Amino acid sequence: MNPELNRVELIRNRRHIGEWVTLSLVLLWFFILILIPIFGIIRETFSQGLDAVKTSLATPASLHAFWLTILLTTSAVILNTLFGTILAIVLARQNFKGKLILESLLDLPFAVSPVVAGFMLIILFGSTGWIGSWFSSMNIKIIYALPGMLIATLFVTFPFVAREILPVLREFGPEQEEAASTLGASQWQTFWRITLPTIKWGLVYGVTLTIARSIGEFGAVLVVSGSIINKTQTATLRIHDQFSDFNYAGAFSAALILIVASFLLLNFIKHIYKTKGGNTS
Amino acid sequence: MKNSQNGTLTSVEIVPRCLSFFYIGLLIVLPLIAITAKAFQGGLRNLFHQITLPEGIYSLKLTFFLAIILMFINIITGTATAWVLVRYNFPLKNIMNSLIDIPFAIPTVVTGIMLVVLYGPNSVIGSIFENHGLEIIFNKPGIILALLFVTFPFVVRSVQPVLMEMDKDMEEAAQTLGASRISIFFRVILPTLLPSILTGAALSFSRALGEFGSIVIVAGNIPFKTQVASVYIYGEIESANIQGALGTAVVLLFSSFIVLVFLNLLQRWSHKHES
Repeated sequence: MNPELNRVELIRNRRHIGEWVTLSLVLLWFFILILIPIFGIIRETFSQGLDAVKTSLATPASLHAFWLTILLTTSAVILNTLFGTILAIVLARQNFKGKLILESLLDLPFAVSPVVAGFMLIILFGSTGWIGSWFSSMNIKIIYALPGMLIATLFVTFPFVAREILPVLREFGPEQEEAASTLGASQWQTFWRITLPTIKWGLVYGVTLTIARSIGEFGAVLVVSGSIINKTQTATLRIHDQFSDFNYAGAFSAALILIVASFLLLNFIKHIYKTKGGNTS
Repeated sequence: MKNSQNGTLTSVEIVPRCLSFFYIGLLIVLPLIAITAKAFQGGLRNLFHQITLPEGIYSLKLTFFLAIILMFINIITGTATAWVLVRYNFPLKNIMNSLIDIPFAIPTVVTGIMLVVLYGPNSVIGSIFENHGLEIIFNKPGIILALLFVTFPFVVRSVQPVLMEMDKDMEEAAQTLGASRISIFFRVILPTLLPSILTGAALSFSRALGEFGSIVIVAGNIPFKTQVASVYIYGEIESANIQGALGTAVVLLFSSFIVLVFLNLLQRWSHKHES
């Protein structure tokens, strides 16, 4: 037995060198690829001076862009939370023909290029498209206007809420809900008292991802918006515009705000998730 | 009150189902049908002609070429990163773990700008490389850097949970039986991790095919040199050339479908593996 143990010890010790090499390579890669670019933009923003940052952020065009981003994000969160939850419940609790197809379609927005997504929306909702021509006969513009930008944001963020809730619903099964309704609870009561508490954390996480993606979405919104200053320009489109015009102070400071906002949001939610979500489950 | 066990549907069931069909139909199915109808409007030969336009086909080849390179880099670095995060202990490990997702949190335009700031011709690093004849920004290395940044979390985040649940028993058994480190890795660890590695790889491949925001800033978008498919499509839409954009867009869309099918099969395969 002893020689065998020594053998294992020997192998473990030999592993140390390989361990160190792997660890340093991974850390080096992470440092170069992820950390240095982030430090770079923080340094660059403040090298322009705080006044330049302030003045470029306080322009009406920038304020409008941020406001538009907030508006689109809020609307996307409300609509996709509502429909995402409904869809997840339907997929988890009902059986019908075409369910598998419905579920595969749910993942499509993750796989499709944002530019192609925007392009599809132009074809359908543009002034010559099937739906777009109908609206344009009533003088409602969808593409190159706010409704198109909302649809584009809805498209790219659609899967998040449903995808986060679905596994939770499947894991818990319908037993408790059925018990509640046998005991005489109405469907609404069952939803609010049984289903909602179950999916709460999945919902929170899905909403967080929806917010982060809505704030950062660029390609799909760019294609359908036309990026018109003070009209259809969101924060990311504004950053792109300013960068193309060599207004670096404006571009960097707005970019930094978005990075900080998304990062804080993600980690804040993760923190709550760990401290509270861990206890309840 | 009747329920589904009796074969009839209550309004509680039928209303959510109709709402789901309506929402997915409007948001996803109708746009898909519209683009397909538009693409096949002029017949198959016309579509083929649109796909094989020289600029478009170059952008497609470049996109696939870069996505494949990127996928292989991600397989290695992503698996290694997950391994380090699960199996090793080192200072600041928790902070690193929470920073893994940061590429998902940063808007893609911002990623592009960060890389230009860091490696652009006016930067310290960029000018050093340029003196040695290597252009990073406005050239292919810049595109790869951007793609590596935006896809970094995929393989890490799909391998990490599997690695965490994996028992060390098998490895230790193999070790006591005298298997070498390398053969343990290839015979014991890799087969268990393979579905999750492939899932992460497919996700990063599909993201690389479609990525736009970071590339449009970093690549310079020179036709026949650094113009990828999504940027080419955007350019055609901007110049109101819907037909020119269609062919390339349909190829990208079709590739996304294939990746989705592949991911679906993978999922079934790994479920079988578990049970």
